Amino acid sequence: MEEIKKQLQERFPAVESRDSVDWPAFNVPEERLLEVCRYLRDDLDYAMLVDVTAVDWSDVIPRFSVIYHLFSVSRSAYLRLAVNCADAGAPSMVSVCSIWPAANWHEREVYDMFGIQFKNHPDMRRILMWDDYPYFPLRKEFPLAGIETELPPEDTEVREATDAHVIAAPMMGGPFHATPGEPMSRAEPRAADQSWTEKNPKPLD
Amino acid sequence: MSPNGVEYGYNSKIEGEVVVSKLDAVINWVRKHSIWPMPMGLACCAIELMGTAGSRFDISRFGMEVMRFSPRQADCMIVAGTVTYKMAPIVRRIYDQMAGPKWVIAMGACASTGGMYRSYATMQGVDRIVPVDVYVSGCPPRPEALIDALMKLQNKIGNERSARGLLKRDQAHA
Repeated sequence: MEEIKKQLQERFPAVESRDSVDWPAFNVPEERLLEVCRYLRDDLDYAMLVDVTAVDWSDVIPRFSVIYHLFSVSRSAYLRLAVNCADAGAPSMVSVCSIWPAANWHEREVYDMFGIQFKNHPDMRRILMWDDYPYFPLRKEFPLAGIETELPPEDTEVREATDAHVIAAPMMGGPFHATPGEPMSRAEPRAADQSWTEKNPKPLD
Repeated sequence: MSPNGVEYGYNSKIEGEVVVSKLDAVINWVRKHSIWPMPMGLACCAIELMGTAGSRFDISRFGMEVMRFSPRQADCMIVAGTVTYKMAPIVRRIYDQMAGPKWVIAMGACASTGGMYRSYATMQGVDRIVPVDVYVSGCPPRPEALIDALMKLQNKIGNERSARGLLKRDQAHA
Protein backbone atom coordinates (compact mmCIF):
# COMPACT_ATOMS: atom_id res chain seq x y z
CA MET A 1 0.00 0.00 0.00
CA GLU A 2 2.90 2.33 0.77
CA GLU A 3 4.15 1.82 -2.75
CA ILE A 4 0.88 3.06 -4.22
CA LYS A 5 1.06 6.12 -2.05
CA LYS A 6 4.61 6.77 -3.24
CA GLN A 7 3.80 6.23 -6.90
CA LEU A 8 0.73 8.43 -6.76
CA GLN A 9 2.40 11.29 -4.89
CA GLU A 10 5.49 11.19 -7.08
CA ARG A 11 3.31 11.59 -10.12
CA PHE A 12 0.89 14.12 -8.54
CA PRO A 13 2.54 16.19 -5.76
CA ALA A 14 -0.80 17.96 -5.15
CA VAL A 15 -2.35 14.71 -3.90
CA GLU A 16 -2.22 14.56 -0.11
CA SER A 17 -2.50 11.51 2.05
CA ARG A 18 -5.68 11.41 4.15
CA ASP A 19 -6.36 9.81 7.55
CA SER A 20 -7.97 6.45 7.15
CA VAL A 21 -8.54 3.44 9.41
CA ASP A 22 -8.61 0.86 6.65
CA TRP A 23 -7.54 1.51 3.05
CA PRO A 24 -5.21 4.17 1.65
CA ALA A 25 -7.02 7.45 1.17
CA PHE A 26 -6.06 10.68 -0.55
CA ASN A 27 -7.24 14.26 -0.84
CA VAL A 28 -7.28 15.30 -4.47
CA PRO A 29 -7.78 18.86 -5.74
CA GLU A 30 -10.74 19.08 -8.11
CA GLU A 31 -8.68 20.30 -11.09
CA ARG A 32 -6.43 17.20 -10.93
CA LEU A 33 -9.23 14.69 -10.32
CA LEU A 34 -9.65 13.45 -13.90
CA GLU A 35 -5.90 12.98 -14.40
CA VAL A 36 -5.53 11.17 -11.08
CA CYS A 37 -8.48 8.90 -11.83
CA ARG A 38 -7.20 8.06 -15.28
CA TYR A 39 -3.76 7.28 -13.88
CA LEU A 40 -5.27 5.07 -11.16
CA ARG A 41 -7.39 3.20 -13.66
CA ASP A 42 -4.82 2.72 -16.44
CA ASP A 43 -1.49 2.52 -14.63
CA LEU A 44 -2.32 1.33 -11.12
CA ASP A 45 -5.16 -0.96 -12.26
CA TYR A 46 -7.98 0.43 -10.14
CA ALA A 47 -10.44 -0.55 -12.83
CA MET A 48 -13.58 -0.67 -10.73
CA LEU A 49 -15.44 2.31 -9.30
CA VAL A 50 -17.26 0.84 -6.32
CA ASP A 51 -19.00 3.86 -4.89
CA VAL A 52 -19.37 7.60 -5.14
CA THR A 53 -20.78 9.41 -2.14
CA ALA A 54 -20.43 12.75 -0.42
CA VAL A 55 -20.10 14.29 3.02
CA ASP A 56 -21.82 17.43 4.25
CA TRP A 57 -19.50 18.98 6.87
CA SER A 58 -22.23 21.42 7.91
CA ASP A 59 -20.64 24.77 8.85
CA VAL A 60 -17.06 23.77 8.02
CA ILE A 61 -15.53 25.31 4.90
CA PRO A 62 -15.32 23.74 2.35
CA ARG A 63 -18.72 22.30 3.18
CA PHE A 64 -19.05 19.37 0.74
CA SER A 65 -16.60 16.59 -0.08
CA VAL A 66 -17.20 13.99 -2.77
CA ILE A 67 -15.79 10.56 -1.90
CA TYR A 68 -14.78 7.91 -4.43
CA HIS A 69 -14.17 4.27 -3.54
CA LEU A 70 -12.07 2.34 -6.04
CA PHE A 71 -11.25 -1.35 -6.20
CA SER A 72 -8.44 -3.12 -7.99
CA VAL A 73 -9.22 -6.72 -8.87
CA SER A 74 -5.58 -7.63 -9.53
CA ARG A 75 -4.38 -6.13 -6.21
CA SER A 76 -7.51 -7.12 -4.35
CA ALA A 77 -7.40 -3.76 -2.61
CA TYR A 78 -9.53 -0.68 -2.16
CA LEU A 79 -8.55 2.97 -2.42
CA ARG A 80 -10.41 6.10 -1.38
CA LEU A 81 -10.32 9.58 -2.88
CA ALA A 82 -11.84 12.68 -1.32
CA VAL A 83 -12.39 15.88 -3.29
CA ASN A 84 -13.67 19.12 -1.78
CA CYS A 85 -16.29 21.20 -3.58
CA ALA A 86 -15.18 24.78 -3.90
CA ASP A 87 -18.60 26.42 -3.63
CA ALA A 88 -20.83 25.66 -0.63
CA GLY A 89 -23.87 27.51 -2.02
CA ALA A 90 -24.06 25.82 -5.42
CA PRO A 91 -21.60 22.91 -5.05
CA SER A 92 -20.29 21.24 -8.18
CA MET A 93 -17.73 18.62 -9.16
CA VAL A 94 -16.27 17.25 -12.38
CA SER A 95 -17.90 14.03 -13.50
CA VAL A 96 -15.80 10.88 -13.78
CA CYS A 97 -18.32 9.21 -16.12
CA SER A 98 -15.79 9.47 -18.96
CA ILE A 99 -13.41 7.25 -16.96
CA TRP A 100 -15.79 4.83 -15.24
CA PRO A 101 -19.26 4.63 -16.85
CA ALA A 102 -20.41 3.21 -13.51
CA ALA A 103 -20.20 6.73 -12.10
CA ASN A 104 -23.33 7.77 -13.98
CA TRP A 105 -25.97 6.66 -11.50
CA HIS A 106 -23.73 7.16 -8.46
CA GLU A 107 -23.25 10.81 -9.35
CA ARG A 108 -26.95 11.22 -9.99
CA GLU A 109 -27.62 9.88 -6.50
CA VAL A 110 -25.09 12.26 -4.98
CA TYR A 111 -26.81 15.09 -6.83
CA ASP A 112 -30.21 13.86 -5.63
CA MET A 113 -29.20 13.63 -1.97
CA PHE A 114 -26.69 16.52 -1.64
CA GLY A 115 -27.40 18.83 -4.58
CA ILE A 116 -23.87 18.59 -5.93
CA GLN A 117 -23.95 19.24 -9.69
CA PHE A 118 -21.55 17.12 -11.76
CA LYS A 119 -20.03 18.93 -14.71
CA ASN A 120 -20.06 17.10 -18.07
CA HIS A 121 -22.35 14.40 -16.71
CA PRO A 122 -24.37 12.86 -19.58
CA ASP A 123 -27.69 12.90 -17.72
CA MET A 124 -27.67 15.12 -14.64
CA ARG A 125 -31.09 14.61 -13.03
CA ARG A 126 -32.46 13.17 -9.83
CA ILE A 127 -32.51 9.39 -9.56
CA LEU A 128 -34.39 8.49 -6.34
CA MET A 129 -36.65 11.42 -5.55
CA TRP A 130 -38.97 12.83 -8.22
CA ASP A 131 -37.71 15.62 -10.47
CA ASP A 132 -39.62 18.45 -8.80
CA TYR A 133 -38.72 17.53 -5.23
CA PRO A 134 -37.49 20.81 -3.74
CA TYR A 135 -34.97 19.56 -1.15
CA PHE A 136 -31.72 17.60 -0.88
CA PRO A 137 -32.45 15.09 1.89
CA LEU A 138 -28.95 14.18 3.07
CA ARG A 139 -27.87 17.75 3.70
CA LYS A 140 -27.37 18.51 7.37
CA GLU A 141 -30.09 21.15 7.57
CA PHE A 142 -32.71 18.70 6.28
CA PRO A 143 -34.69 17.12 9.18
CA LEU A 144 -34.84 13.34 9.46
CA ALA A 145 -38.64 13.38 9.27
CA GLY A 146 -38.70 15.36 6.06
CA ILE A 147 -40.53 18.57 5.17
CA GLU A 148 -44.16 18.92 4.18
CA THR A 149 -44.52 19.37 0.43
CA GLU A 150 -46.60 18.23 -2.54
CA LEU A 151 -46.77 14.78 -4.12
CA PRO A 152 -45.04 14.25 -7.50
CA PRO A 153 -46.93 16.65 -9.79
CA GLU A 154 -47.13 14.60 -13.01
CA ASP A 155 -50.43 13.19 -11.81
CA THR A 156 -52.47 16.15 -10.57
CA GLU A 157 -55.65 14.12 -11.03
CA VAL A 158 -54.56 11.69 -8.34
CA ARG A 159 -53.43 14.50 -6.10
CA GLU A 160 -56.79 16.23 -6.36
CA ALA A 161 -58.74 13.01 -5.84
CA THR A 162 -56.89 12.03 -2.68
CA ASP A 163 -55.72 15.36 -1.23
CA ALA A 164 -52.61 13.50 -0.09
CA HIS A 165 -49.28 15.24 0.29
CA VAL A 166 -45.81 14.58 1.62
CA ILE A 167 -45.85 15.06 5.39
CA ALA A 168 -43.14 15.34 7.98
CA ALA A 169 -43.01 11.72 9.12
CA PRO A 170 -43.78 11.02 12.78
CA MET A 171 -40.84 9.61 14.70
CA MET A 172 -42.96 7.27 16.86
CA GLY A 173 -41.84 3.73 16.10
CA GLY A 174 -39.21 5.05 13.77
CA PRO A 175 -35.42 4.89 13.67
CA PHE A 176 -33.13 5.33 16.65
CA HIS A 177 -30.75 8.22 16.19
CA ALA A 178 -28.57 8.18 19.24
CA THR A 179 -25.57 10.38 19.75
CA PRO A 180 -22.73 9.00 21.90
CA GLY A 181 -23.10 9.63 25.63
CA GLU A 182 -26.80 10.41 25.40
CA PRO A 183 -29.18 8.54 27.74
CA MET A 184 -31.31 5.97 25.92
CA SER A 185 -34.54 7.71 26.95
CA ARG A 186 -33.60 10.62 24.75
CA ALA A 187 -32.45 8.39 21.89
CA GLU A 188 -35.72 6.55 21.54
CA PRO A 189 -37.80 7.35 18.49
CA ARG A 190 -40.68 8.64 20.56
CA ALA A 191 -38.44 11.26 22.14
CA ALA A 192 -38.18 12.99 18.79
CA ASP A 193 -41.79 12.53 17.81
CA GLN A 194 -43.70 15.70 17.17
CA SER A 195 -47.00 14.48 15.83
CA TRP A 196 -48.52 11.10 16.67
CA THR A 197 -48.59 10.40 20.37
CA GLU A 198 -51.41 9.45 22.69
CA LYS A 199 -51.88 13.12 23.58
CA ASN A 200 -51.47 14.30 20.02
CA PRO A 201 -53.14 11.77 17.70
CA LYS A 202 -52.47 11.03 14.06
CA PRO A 203 -53.96 13.81 11.92
CA LEU A 204 -56.63 12.66 9.49
CA ASP A 205 -55.67 13.85 6.05
CA MET B 1 -100.73 -30.08 -11.31
CA SER B 2 -103.97 -28.71 -9.87
CA PRO B 3 -107.27 -30.58 -10.21
CA ASN B 4 -108.61 -28.35 -13.01
CA GLY B 5 -105.50 -28.93 -15.13
CA VAL B 6 -103.95 -25.42 -14.68
CA GLU B 7 -100.32 -25.24 -13.48
CA TYR B 8 -99.59 -22.74 -10.72
CA GLY B 9 -96.23 -21.48 -9.53
CA TYR B 10 -93.18 -23.67 -9.46
CA ASN B 11 -93.21 -27.30 -10.48
CA SER B 12 -90.23 -29.12 -9.01
CA LYS B 13 -90.89 -32.23 -11.10
CA ILE B 14 -90.26 -30.26 -14.25
CA GLU B 15 -87.67 -27.66 -13.20
CA GLY B 16 -85.65 -29.37 -10.46
CA GLU B 17 -84.88 -28.29 -6.91
CA VAL B 18 -84.60 -24.61 -6.01
CA VAL B 19 -83.14 -22.65 -3.12
CA VAL B 20 -84.78 -19.40 -2.08
CA SER B 21 -82.38 -16.75 -0.82
CA LYS B 22 -81.76 -13.03 -0.65
CA LEU B 23 -80.21 -11.38 -3.68
CA ASP B 24 -77.51 -9.90 -1.42
CA ALA B 25 -76.55 -13.32 -0.16
CA VAL B 26 -76.30 -14.76 -3.66
CA ILE B 27 -74.22 -11.91 -5.06
CA ASN B 28 -71.91 -11.83 -2.05
CA TRP B 29 -71.51 -15.60 -2.11
CA VAL B 30 -70.38 -15.41 -5.72
CA ARG B 31 -68.10 -12.44 -5.14
CA LYS B 32 -66.37 -13.60 -2.01
CA HIS B 33 -65.44 -16.99 -3.38
CA SER B 34 -63.74 -15.72 -6.47
CA ILE B 35 -61.58 -12.79 -5.39
CA TRP B 36 -58.99 -12.04 -8.05
CA PRO B 37 -56.06 -10.38 -6.32
CA MET B 38 -53.86 -7.76 -7.92
CA PRO B 39 -50.40 -8.30 -6.37
CA MET B 40 -49.08 -4.77 -5.77
CA GLY B 41 -45.71 -6.09 -4.64
CA LEU B 42 -43.51 -3.14 -3.64
CA ALA B 43 -41.03 -4.66 -1.20
CA CYS B 44 -40.20 -7.79 0.78
CA CYS B 45 -43.86 -8.44 1.72
CA ALA B 46 -44.30 -9.51 -1.88
CA ILE B 47 -42.11 -12.53 -1.14
CA GLU B 48 -44.53 -13.65 1.57
CA LEU B 49 -47.34 -12.97 -0.87
CA MET B 50 -45.72 -15.39 -3.30
CA GLY B 51 -45.36 -17.91 -0.48
CA THR B 52 -49.06 -17.53 0.24
CA ALA B 53 -49.83 -18.48 -3.33
CA GLY B 54 -47.41 -21.41 -3.22
CA SER B 55 -48.33 -24.99 -2.53
CA ARG B 56 -47.46 -24.95 1.16
CA PHE B 57 -50.00 -22.27 2.11
CA ASP B 58 -52.13 -22.30 -1.03
CA ILE B 59 -54.70 -19.50 -1.15
CA SER B 60 -56.53 -21.39 -3.87
CA ARG B 61 -58.22 -23.28 -1.04
CA PHE B 62 -60.24 -20.10 -0.54
CA GLY B 63 -60.82 -19.30 -4.20
CA MET B 64 -58.33 -16.45 -4.52
CA GLU B 65 -55.51 -17.95 -6.49
CA VAL B 66 -56.19 -16.08 -9.72
CA MET B 67 -53.53 -13.36 -9.36
CA ARG B 68 -53.86 -10.86 -12.14
CA PHE B 69 -51.16 -8.35 -12.94
CA SER B 70 -53.61 -6.31 -14.96
CA PRO B 71 -55.82 -4.04 -12.85
CA ARG B 72 -58.62 -4.46 -15.39
CA GLN B 73 -58.98 -8.11 -14.43
CA ALA B 74 -58.50 -7.85 -10.68
CA ASP B 75 -60.82 -6.83 -7.86
CA CYS B 76 -58.63 -6.91 -4.75
CA MET B 77 -55.41 -4.94 -4.62
CA ILE B 78 -52.93 -6.41 -2.11
CA VAL B 79 -50.49 -3.60 -1.34
CA ALA B 80 -47.50 -5.65 -0.23
CA GLY B 81 -44.63 -3.42 0.75
CA THR B 82 -43.30 0.08 1.26
CA VAL B 83 -45.19 2.80 -0.60
CA THR B 84 -42.83 5.63 -1.45
CA TYR B 85 -44.18 9.05 -2.31
CA LYS B 86 -42.79 8.60 -5.79
CA MET B 87 -44.80 5.38 -6.19
CA ALA B 88 -47.97 6.62 -4.47
CA PRO B 89 -49.65 8.31 -7.46
CA ILE B 90 -49.02 5.17 -9.50
CA VAL B 91 -50.62 2.95 -6.85
CA ARG B 92 -53.63 5.23 -6.85
CA ARG B 93 -53.80 5.22 -10.65
CA ILE B 94 -53.77 1.41 -10.74
CA TYR B 95 -56.50 1.36 -8.10
CA ASP B 96 -58.56 3.71 -10.28
CA GLN B 97 -58.10 1.38 -13.24
CA MET B 98 -59.60 -1.59 -11.41
CA ALA B 99 -63.25 -2.28 -12.16
CA GLY B 100 -65.64 -2.14 -9.21
CA PRO B 101 -66.54 -3.69 -6.88
CA LYS B 102 -62.97 -3.62 -5.57
CA TRP B 103 -61.18 -4.00 -2.28
CA VAL B 104 -57.75 -3.18 -0.87
CA ILE B 105 -55.61 -5.08 1.61
CA ALA B 106 -52.70 -3.22 3.21
CA MET B 107 -50.21 -6.00 3.81
CA GLY B 108 -47.56 -5.41 6.46
CA ALA B 109 -46.41 -2.51 8.60
CA CYS B 110 -45.14 -0.35 5.74
CA ALA B 111 -48.32 -0.38 3.69
CA SER B 112 -50.42 0.11 6.81
CA THR B 113 -48.54 2.95 8.52
CA GLY B 114 -45.19 3.52 6.87
CA GLY B 115 -43.70 0.99 9.27
CA MET B 116 -40.14 1.61 10.30
CA TYR B 117 -39.62 4.04 7.43
CA ARG B 118 -40.26 7.29 9.26
CA SER B 119 -38.65 9.32 6.56
CA TYR B 120 -39.07 11.95 3.91
CA ALA B 121 -39.44 9.35 1.15
CA THR B 122 -42.12 7.00 2.48
CA MET B 123 -45.88 7.51 2.52
CA GLN B 124 -47.08 6.98 6.10
CA GLY B 125 -49.79 4.46 5.26
CA VAL B 126 -51.35 3.65 1.90
CA ASP B 127 -54.75 4.58 3.36
CA ARG B 128 -53.90 8.17 2.54
CA ILE B 129 -54.49 7.49 -1.15
CA VAL B 130 -56.72 4.39 -1.39
CA PRO B 131 -59.52 3.10 0.88
CA VAL B 132 -58.15 0.09 2.76
CA ASP B 133 -60.51 -2.75 3.79
CA VAL B 134 -58.15 -4.96 5.79
CA TYR B 135 -54.82 -4.14 7.45
CA VAL B 136 -52.35 -6.94 8.12
CA SER B 137 -49.74 -6.44 10.84
CA GLY B 138 -46.29 -7.95 10.62
CA CYS B 139 -42.96 -7.16 9.06
CA PRO B 140 -43.47 -9.04 6.87
CA PRO B 141 -46.68 -10.86 7.86
CA ARG B 142 -46.56 -14.63 7.65
CA PRO B 143 -48.63 -16.23 4.87
CA GLU B 144 -51.13 -17.40 7.50
CA ALA B 145 -51.72 -13.77 8.43
CA LEU B 146 -52.42 -12.85 4.83
CA ILE B 147 -54.78 -15.79 4.45
CA ASP B 148 -56.53 -14.66 7.62
CA ALA B 149 -56.85 -11.17 6.14
CA LEU B 150 -58.34 -12.58 2.95
CA MET B 151 -60.84 -14.58 4.99
CA LYS B 152 -61.68 -11.43 6.96
CA LEU B 153 -62.23 -9.74 3.62
CA GLN B 154 -64.53 -12.58 2.59
CA ASN B 155 -66.58 -12.02 5.75
CA LYS B 156 -66.70 -8.33 5.00
CA ILE B 157 -67.86 -8.93 1.43
CA GLY B 158 -70.46 -11.35 2.79
CA ASN B 159 -72.03 -8.53 4.79
CA GLU B 160 -72.12 -5.96 2.02
CA ARG B 161 -75.42 -4.57 0.70
CA SER B 162 -74.55 -5.45 -2.89
CA ALA B 163 -78.08 -5.65 -4.34
CA ARG B 164 -78.92 -2.13 -3.22
CA GLY B 165 -75.91 -0.84 -5.11
CA LEU B 166 -76.95 -2.75 -8.23
CA LEU B 167 -80.47 -1.32 -8.21
CA LYS B 168 -79.14 2.18 -7.69
CA ARG B 169 -76.82 1.78 -10.61
CA ASP B 170 -79.65 0.51 -12.82
CA GLN B 171 -81.72 3.55 -11.94
CA ALA B 172 -78.87 5.82 -12.76
CA HIS B 173 -78.45 4.21 -16.18
CA ALA B 174 -82.18 4.30 -16.96
